[in-house]
Amino acid sequence: MLAMHRTFAGLLALAGCVTFGTASEALAQKKIIRSVPIGALKIVDPIWTTAYITRNHSYMVWDTLFSLDAKNEPQPQMVDAWKISPDKLTYSFTLRSGLLWHDNTPVRAADCVASIRRWGAKDGMGRALMGFTDKIEAIDDKSFRLVLKQPVGFVLEALGKIDSNVPFMMPERIAKTDPNTQITEVIGSGPFRFLKEEFVPGVKVVYEKFTGYVPRKEPASLAAGGKVVKIDRVESVYMPDAAVAIAALGNGEVDLLESPANDLIRTVQNNPNVFVRPNDPLGYQLFMAVNHLYPPFDRKEARQALLWGIKQAEFLEVVIGDAKRYQECVAVYGCGTPNESKLGSEALASFNLEKSKALLKSAGYGAQPIVLLDPTDNAVLHPAALVATQTLKRMGMNVDTQAMDFSTLTQRRASKNLPSQGGWNVFVTNATMTGIANPVLHTYSMNCEQAWYGWPCDKRIVDLSRQWALELDAAKRKQIIGELQRVHMENVTYIPLGQYRSVIAYRKNVKGMIASPSLFYWNIEKE
Amino acid sequence: MFSFIARRLLATIPVLGVVALVVFGILHLSPGDPAALIAGDHATPQQVAAMRSKLGLDQPLWEQFGAWIWSVLHGELGISIFSNQPVTRLIGQRLEPTIALTITTTIVTVLLAVPIGVIAAWRAGTWIDRSVMSFAVLGFSFPVFVVGYLLIYVVSMTLGWLPIQGYRNLGDGFGPFLIHLVLPSLALGISFMALIARITRTSVLEVLNQDYIRTARSKGLAMWQVLLYHALPNAAVPIVTVIGVGIAVLIGGVVVTESVFAIPGLGRLVVDSILSRDYPVIQGVLLIFAGVYVGINLLIDLLYVALDPRIRY
Repeated sequence: MLAMHRTFAGLLALAGCVTFGTASEALAQKKIIRSVPIGALKIVDPIWTTAYITRNHSYMVWDTLFSLDAKNEPQPQMVDAWKISPDKLTYSFTLRSGLLWHDNTPVRAADCVASIRRWGAKDGMGRALMGFTDKIEAIDDKSFRLVLKQPVGFVLEALGKIDSNVPFMMPERIAKTDPNTQITEVIGSGPFRFLKEEFVPGVKVVYEKFTGYVPRKEPASLAAGGKVVKIDRVESVYMPDAAVAIAALGNGEVDLLESPANDLIRTVQNNPNVFVRPNDPLGYQLFMAVNHLYPPFDRKEARQALLWGIKQAEFLEVVIGDAKRYQECVAVYGCGTPNESKLGSEALASFNLEKSKALLKSAGYGAQPIVLLDPTDNAVLHPAALVATQTLKRMGMNVDTQAMDFSTLTQRRASKNLPSQGGWNVFVTNATMTGIANPVLHTYSMNCEQAWYGWPCDKRIVDLSRQWALELDAAKRKQIIGELQRVHMENVTYIPLGQYRSVIAYRKNVKGMIASPSLFYWNIEKE
Repeated sequence: MFSFIARRLLATIPVLGVVALVVFGILHLSPGDPAALIAGDHATPQQVAAMRSKLGLDQPLWEQFGAWIWSVLHGELGISIFSNQPVTRLIGQRLEPTIALTITTTIVTVLLAVPIGVIAAWRAGTWIDRSVMSFAVLGFSFPVFVVGYLLIYVVSMTLGWLPIQGYRNLGDGFGPFLIHLVLPSLALGISFMALIARITRTSVLEVLNQDYIRTARSKGLAMWQVLLYHALPNAAVPIVTVIGVGIAVLIGGVVVTESVFAIPGLGRLVVDSILSRDYPVIQGVLLIFAGVYVGINLLIDLLYVALDPRIRY
């Protein structure tokens, strides 16, 4: 056996010696992080899509004017200084010195103005900001101003938002691309350069340290602070097979898994060379979308029946399993965020099956099928859909669980047809906490026809969200949040199913990870 | 012969036309919305509609089909909805891994399976034959991903002999290129090997009962000479057919192997595209696959002539 092993190893060594090029040798001298990303990167434009894999890629290449720190407060990033006029209508910004695009041309204020306009035409919070904006203009090469029609309290929060679409700054010629058309040039001013020649869409993306990047002096904190790059190159290769990705990490073929599969983590947890830990401080909200257009959930009583009949812990236990990584949370804007509130949430926080059944009966529910959409190719949403099925059955509903892939669900959920004719009643989905943490960002901030899938119709939500956006006083904002929470729960816009955190797994020789919803590769060292 | 080839090549045009029409029809009639995927999970219905309009997906189907066919006739397979890159470029990026995997798998398979099949036929009814047939049944029965996982566990994780996953281009060096193809080729080759060994055994067994074999033996030829020079060439037609069809299947059907071993080939490209409803990529790749199938079948037909002089077209 030993002899065979040696012979085989010898053959491999011989094969390894037979090389044609020296590219590999040159690469061997560099500090390289080999990582497996959260998904396959195909789209490189962070304004064209809200996909998180594109957002994460974009943090490598592009920079932002402001960024959230670990306290979720916006801090200047590309901006050196800013001031607000006494009437709170004009925000003036001056850029830091030494900012360069990856083609070594200087970053100009005009670039930022064009970038904000493109983002403001596409992103929800951006559109809200542009709605209150009178004009935005460059003053000179290094400074620009944003003039509001009326004072609002979320300008810096919007410019520093960490959830898609992030207002990344691009060269003016790129930022002038129609926001509904994908950009073709990936030139940023961020800490890493995108290597176009090595990009294989859906498979591999490679970044190289941008030597012209000047980091801020402050220590890194979430997306804010100094983006000090301590490695030469990041090779991000998507692996469709989760088990093989875990094995590759255990074997040292890759350094980092950005999103290891929940059910496989334990296979690598005992490996002495591997760390597994949550990296996102807030994580995700799991929630149930309910179609308000058709019986039985067009009746408030039927939706309230769901609140009384659901146990959040059942969903979280099945989807995540590790109690350290989930928490029951009834807050619409999330737990652990500045906008956490539990007003009017007694029904969801309790469990009363009899009350649930009684409410369902009073809503006039007979035995008509409840169409529940189940995306079987999604490792989080599929088990959640199965729990939802059992939950609704326990409440006495006749559940028609329809299996499909996620792509089909994205089309199906947009259908306003009768549930029996291609529509739906219920599906479970998720959102990042940073993406729903305030009323302007939140998935359900709009009303009726404008609303997200399920089409809840309650004008109070829209009015209160606008009040919150305009309010500058923190205490009054808190009051509005409480009222919004109460209204969401009373009308049952949708049903929060709890909060959970995903984990990252990495080799122990990789250090300096910054806790964040997106994995940042600055500050990371490889020993 | 030339007129045969010309006729066959001309016949591919309607075949590809039908493939194009069927693929386009099935794709666009099946549910799923690339615009919704691009716009993101929390885009508003209005944003999704705007994206759909920008991508031209709100146009009548016949217009979309016409535009695609027009670009195909001009040598373009379209632009990926997601990556915004030409489909020909995407296919070009994925061609090398798939072809490399197909070639190494075919070489390994043919070199092992044909001798095994011949030996099994020669020793028909003995324990050797039964062992070969048992292997063939096992080879068919084990799904590729199970074989892949077993190989990874034993060869890579336990013995540490080979990498678990990945692909290196030939340009990165022949050694790394070859090392990364050993396990996937073995995983993929086992079921293919079982098929070829079984067909070879059956064909050779049939030939071994012929009078000319008896004559060859009576002339005093050694058994290996009889098998190699008389039996195998006369049994080659069905074997070549299976190998040819197998190669065509490998080019289009290595999805599982490519996924398990993280090889960025055409199989993964087409599956990823189907899951995201990237219509131009799916249509382009399937059209290429159809062309490859037709081409390989033509090649097999031409090989028949070389292997059996009685065959004329």
